[in-house]
Amino acid sequence: MASASTLTTMTMMSTREHPKAGRFEDQRWFAAALLFPTALLLAVFIAYPFFEGIWLSLTDARVGVPGHFVGLKNFEKVWNDSIFRTAVWNTCWYTFVTTVFKLVLGMWLAQLLNRHFKGKAWVRAFILLPFIIPTVLSTFAWKWMFDPTFSVFNWMLWHFGMIKTRINWLGEPNLAFASVIAVNIWRGVPFYAISLLAGLQTISPELQEAAAIDGANAWQRFLHITWPLLLPVTMVVTLFSVIQTFADFQLVYVLTGGGPANATHLFATYAYQIGVGTGLLSEGAAISLAIFPVLFVVVLLQLLYIRRVETR
Amino acid sequence: MARLSRRQLLKASGTGAAAATTGGLAGILASGRAPAYAQTTTVHWLKWNDFVPAADEHLRKKAIPEAEKALGIKIVLETINQNDLAARSTAAIQSRAGPDIIMAVNNYPHIYKGGTADVSALCEEIGSAQGGFYDNIKANCHDGKRWLAMPYSIVGTMIAYRKSWFDEIGVKTFPATWDELRAAGKKLKAAGRPLGQCLGHTVGDAPSFCYPYLWSFGGKEVEADGKTVALNSKETIESVKYMTGFWTDAHEEGGLAWDDSSNNRAFLSGTISATQNGASIYIEALRKPDQYKTEDDKPMKDDILHAPLPRGPSGQFLMPPTQAMMLTGYSPNQKAATDFLRWFHTPKNYEDWFAVCQGFVCGPTKVWETSKMWDKDPVMTPYRMAASGGGRVPGYAGLPTQGAAEALNKYVIVDMYAKAVQGMPAEQAVAWAEDELKKIYAA
Repeated sequence: MASASTLTTMTMMSTREHPKAGRFEDQRWFAAALLFPTALLLAVFIAYPFFEGIWLSLTDARVGVPGHFVGLKNFEKVWNDSIFRTAVWNTCWYTFVTTVFKLVLGMWLAQLLNRHFKGKAWVRAFILLPFIIPTVLSTFAWKWMFDPTFSVFNWMLWHFGMIKTRINWLGEPNLAFASVIAVNIWRGVPFYAISLLAGLQTISPELQEAAAIDGANAWQRFLHITWPLLLPVTMVVTLFSVIQTFADFQLVYVLTGGGPANATHLFATYAYQIGVGTGLLSEGAAISLAIFPVLFVVVLLQLLYIRRVETR
Repeated sequence: MARLSRRQLLKASGTGAAAATTGGLAGILASGRAPAYAQTTTVHWLKWNDFVPAADEHLRKKAIPEAEKALGIKIVLETINQNDLAARSTAAIQSRAGPDIIMAVNNYPHIYKGGTADVSALCEEIGSAQGGFYDNIKANCHDGKRWLAMPYSIVGTMIAYRKSWFDEIGVKTFPATWDELRAAGKKLKAAGRPLGQCLGHTVGDAPSFCYPYLWSFGGKEVEADGKTVALNSKETIESVKYMTGFWTDAHEEGGLAWDDSSNNRAFLSGTISATQNGASIYIEALRKPDQYKTEDDKPMKDDILHAPLPRGPSGQFLMPPTQAMMLTGYSPNQKAATDFLRWFHTPKNYEDWFAVCQGFVCGPTKVWETSKMWDKDPVMTPYRMAASGGGRVPGYAGLPTQGAAEALNKYVIVDMYAKAVQGMPAEQAVAWAEDELKKIYAA
């Protein structure tokens, strides 16, 4: 009884000495305080540049010259720009092809890595290398391998008698685009593989064993057990990958610079060339923002699908 | 040891430094700035990685320390890839932070004129003292009202070629016309020694070939009014048609993916017989005679000669890339930066650097044509007169403008030829480029 009264007295004293402490006992205040740093970071680094970008795209600003409001003129100009249309097509095609390949190869690799074999830990670590090495660095290595004069691929093919003249990997538009896609797949597969592997390890082996006893073959087990259980993880991984691939910059910038003759430009590289390289900030902002609605729809559809899968 | 109170310390230090700041340490603390005598102005200078590494080494080890001593300032030299200069310039000018002096290539000062300081006084002073600037570099650095950048140098462009290989096909002197070069190139390519030409997105070799090639056929971007796009002409279409055949007949087709260093590597490795370039190929071969050798194991340097781009139906031209130093408008160190540029262009100081370049660059003023440096090596003699290049600059037949700079920066003319050699019909490639130019000049 004595201790209870002491506690009551202490609580009253504490309340009198720290009147503000009470606010943090209110969950709404406490939540707001916890959220504040994140909200501040998002506001400074995401929201401000985003709205600044929108404003820039509606002006005629160029480097060193503050712009005036011109409405949607930049978007109109960009829409009638043949290089922009090439960049739109390239970005969509690039994202689609690389995502399909990364998913299929990543799934295959994850299945292999999920088995028990000697040196499994080492193999898993090495598999991650393409994803760990800075993109610029690895892309420079690829650039040398595709070099029109010194390509190691050409050298090998020539030594095996498979070609008589050099293959112009980065100088021929279709080959250059295929090369860019190949490098993206090489870099992205480990991300899929490791993420899907993490998902695979959450699936109980007993389910597979039970299905095997019931006579299900490997493909049936994958289709009816692994795939449905892995679908939420797959959707999230694909969502991240689509966002990253759609806004890819470094790989194309280093490997082809958007060339030959603008054949491999993506949204980001073309926006950079116009906005930063040529100093046409407003047009560059308009090109960048053109990604937004497309990406927004893709992400929205994927998120809705994920929600549906999770609530099944 | 006697202890000082805070008040005593402030009083003592105030007495000691009274000459500089009447308030002593207290005054310094109150003003929030170091006293003027203790400050060293630092000038941040951003330029390209020179294709002649010895030239940058000279700047770092000799020129800059001497300038720092003479001017009482500190100079920080930063060198980057030439193709990244444009992006760095935009980022610095737009954020109003970064280098005090930035190198600009060709007519790019027109793109950045909104963010550069007026350097007219300095340019007039140097120009009038040194025989005047060449018309092309003036056009690239002057907007008709003021100097946008201080001319730095002109990278002479010539065709570097393997003399013995041309001799072997019976061509004793370098072809004087495009037809002659095409015929020679056809034989060379058949022998596995094609010509090499960059048609990629790179600021040096590709534009400095494509523009003079266009002019030599009579093509032009705009009329003399500088506004009316005149690219889609019989002459331009002829030049594009000719290029497609010329490319297939005589060129290394990997050139579509080259940058400014690719043709150097290809030439020095013996895979191409000739390429339009600055003198860096020869200078590198001179520097490393044991590394770069001919198939007979002789130093390659002894088998390299230089010649200008051939003549077309409408004449012979060059477009040597000009280099200039922009003084950024936001810079708080404009006086120190101007002093440094003045110091660098003093004949004695410039000549030291000029000699190290071994003819890779021509001086921006005409006085450098008479430098004794040109008499040292007859292989370099053709570069002596390479600076003016016939006087034309991008945007011909108009005066250089922001539009001309934008067209150059977007590689419209380069891509016109690149598209055609990739298979697009000449008329379509020219129409595409005309459309691009119209959008640029309409803005």
